[in-house]
Amino acid sequence: MGEMEQLRKEAESLKDEITAARKAVQDLTLQDHVAGTAVVGRVQLKTRKTLRGHLSKIYAVHWGDSKLCVSASQDGKLIVWDSYTTNKVHAIPLKSSWVMTCSYAPSGNMVACGGLDNMCSIYNLKGKDGNVKVMRELAAHTGYLSCCRFLNDNEIITSSGDCTCVLWDIETGSQKTVFAGHLGDCMSLGVAPDFNTFISGACDFTAKLWDIRDGQCRQTFGGHESDINAIGFFPNGNAVITGSDDASCKLYDLRSDQELITYQDSGIMCGVTSLAPSLSGRLILAGYDDFNCNIWDSLKAERVGVLSGHDNRVSCIGVTPDGMACCTGSWDSFLKIWN
Amino acid sequence: EAFGTSYHHTSLHHTAEMFSCVFLSIVQMEDVIARMQDEKNGIPIRTVKSFLSKIPSVFSGNSPTSVLYTLRFQAVEALHLGTLMAAHGYFFPISDHVLTLKDDGTFYRFQTPYFWPSNCWEPENTDYAVYLCKRTMQNKARLELADYEAESLARLQRAFARKWEFIFMQAEAQAKVDKKRDKIERKILDSQERAFWDVHRPVPGCVNTTEVDIKKSSRMKNPHKTRKSVYGLQNDIRSHSPTHTPAPEAKQPTEEELREQIKFGQAQLDRHRLKMSKVAESLLSYTEQYSDYDPFLCTPDPSNPWISDDTTFWEMEASKEPGQTRVRRWGFGINEVLKDPIGREQFLKFLESEFSSENLRFWLAVQELKKRPIREVPTRVQEIWEEFLAPGAPSAINVDSKSYGKTTQNVKDPGRYAFEDAQEHIYKLMKSDSYSRFIRSSAYQELLQAKKKGKSLISKRLPAVVLSC
Repeated sequence: MGEMEQLRKEAESLKDEITAARKAVQDLTLQDHVAGTAVVGRVQLKTRKTLRGHLSKIYAVHWGDSKLCVSASQDGKLIVWDSYTTNKVHAIPLKSSWVMTCSYAPSGNMVACGGLDNMCSIYNLKGKDGNVKVMRELAAHTGYLSCCRFLNDNEIITSSGDCTCVLWDIETGSQKTVFAGHLGDCMSLGVAPDFNTFISGACDFTAKLWDIRDGQCRQTFGGHESDINAIGFFPNGNAVITGSDDASCKLYDLRSDQELITYQDSGIMCGVTSLAPSLSGRLILAGYDDFNCNIWDSLKAERVGVLSGHDNRVSCIGVTPDGMACCTGSWDSFLKIWN
Repeated sequence: EAFGTSYHHTSLHHTAEMFSCVFLSIVQMEDVIARMQDEKNGIPIRTVKSFLSKIPSVFSGNSPTSVLYTLRFQAVEALHLGTLMAAHGYFFPISDHVLTLKDDGTFYRFQTPYFWPSNCWEPENTDYAVYLCKRTMQNKARLELADYEAESLARLQRAFARKWEFIFMQAEAQAKVDKKRDKIERKILDSQERAFWDVHRPVPGCVNTTEVDIKKSSRMKNPHKTRKSVYGLQNDIRSHSPTHTPAPEAKQPTEEELREQIKFGQAQLDRHRLKMSKVAESLLSYTEQYSDYDPFLCTPDPSNPWISDDTTFWEMEASKEPGQTRVRRWGFGINEVLKDPIGREQFLKFLESEFSSENLRFWLAVQELKKRPIREVPTRVQEIWEEFLAPGAPSAINVDSKSYGKTTQNVKDPGRYAFEDAQEHIYKLMKSDSYSRFIRSSAYQELLQAKKKGKSLISKRLPAVVLSC
């Protein structure tokens, strides 16, 4: 038997052994365990604010704190909103209008964005003269920038259409770590509550957990039948939620190393574009291509609410750190605040 | 036969694999459409008499939702799904360019499979020009151009000025063929063609359902395939069928990649997996514990500022005096104390009163170090080493010998993660020792008992929430 053939056989048998090991801990499914728990009652959220100002499709939104958020649109603008008053705090013109992602630094001092320009541009909001300027342009990706998330004012993680994720040092503009391993475009990333790890979802239908410190891929989760467009941590940091073009969302647990449950419905035929858990994790809000946002009971896997109000695809969604409100952004150019 | 009773019933995945630009959503929708077109259980199609003419092959607007209902879709879903299918052009109102579904008596017609989205059409403007030009030749009131179509035609005439003769000839040829067709057949085919263009060149203000996320469009495989003309060259529109190229085969892994896979696989196999029952229990208890703090499940105390327009909640969060609900949360676990600035303050104050604050101070210093700009890191690492770990350190902490050895090495070439092992050891110590003492301390208990001025101490459950007893 040739060496390649031997290696292939070994890799295959390992896959089977891992599947068996995962099965071995399935003493009970999540459904069985929560059989005695009632479904959360109907959740009816209303639009409290509509943020108007973008002139084209909104591609991304990210909360900075309980009131401030940043949004990115194909009209070539990044807008920082005081969502409570609906005032625009900053309207930042971009060099490239093909923006796909934006992020607010936890400190509130910076925002970042990127897209078809393959770069992540960092903007300083607290400059001396009050003007918002480009602080750094992080260039090295060979594909579009699909997502970016600040760890702190000095570090940011990006995901790209070049199938890699990168940890950058903002001050020097250099790549500190490259996380390679996905076999398809990376579409989305989420940072763990303890900032030690992050997860990425890609067009190879898998989600990967990465160790930020040593650059290693710790775990890989499969099961989706199409691109994973959205990903996020369950608030306890021990589980991961994914949303895919296969019209379903899935919950994977890190400690049992496998899928716990799938959120899908025969009546939903459109891809999931975005997702966010509520503060307790009991609810998962997911945006879809069919202009709606569905609210799922995360434990019972039943739909308990719908947010309908957008006239085009819901492209992005986020829940404030204090859990008080949810923001949806849409191709109809509006952002809506719900609770 | 215009829209055929035969259709290819391939499996979801096979189709999606074959037609790489087709999203699973399209395949699923067409599966339902096919069932809606079933002769026995589908939508009843009929010819309606109107004044001096007949309207062939239509169904009324309330049919789709009732059929979808029998196909086991919930009522609200049925209308939403029906509207979605109309927006994608699977059926269309016969008297309107706007592709929507109204649950009433207005008439709709099915689209012919040739024009279905699964054929990956991305029609060129030359095709649209031929179509609009042909419409002006047909001299029928029902084919008169709408304002926006007339504007488009004018624009296209300017853009294609040099090849207008060719476009005109194509239009003329098609119009000639159309004239020879049976009147009823023409009515049906004309409307289907118009509906196709309503999808690809929508009425201004309408959503264009063919728009693709730019992240996906830059990935579309087989670009040459999507450039095919709807009308083809000199071919009759109804007989030309599009060809499909299968998606490219996945590359075989190299030897190095296989070795990496095996190494990763081995590490995966060796990892400890927690039983599902334990994991399920932990998820359930986490969500229950935090339900009181989830504004989507429980009304926050005193109110949700977004709903009441009263910002007291945020003012209280920002104040130096922590409320009882906030203090209670610190009791959920050490992470809650560490992530709340007031919690950290109180925890530190308590430990200082016991002269055992060095662990927490070390942990906080290392967290802060990780956020520093890289040029400040070496100095800061040295400072932390001197304060907490060096022989004779003023705030000496107790770390296991393995971590101590590793840290000593790391400090020689200092990076942000120089103290990772030591920090993890100290975190575990704090969790089992200092933290539990803090929660049991009178200082904490006092904060927990402190009554807020005249406000209810019990958060109100929203009536809709029902959790397990």
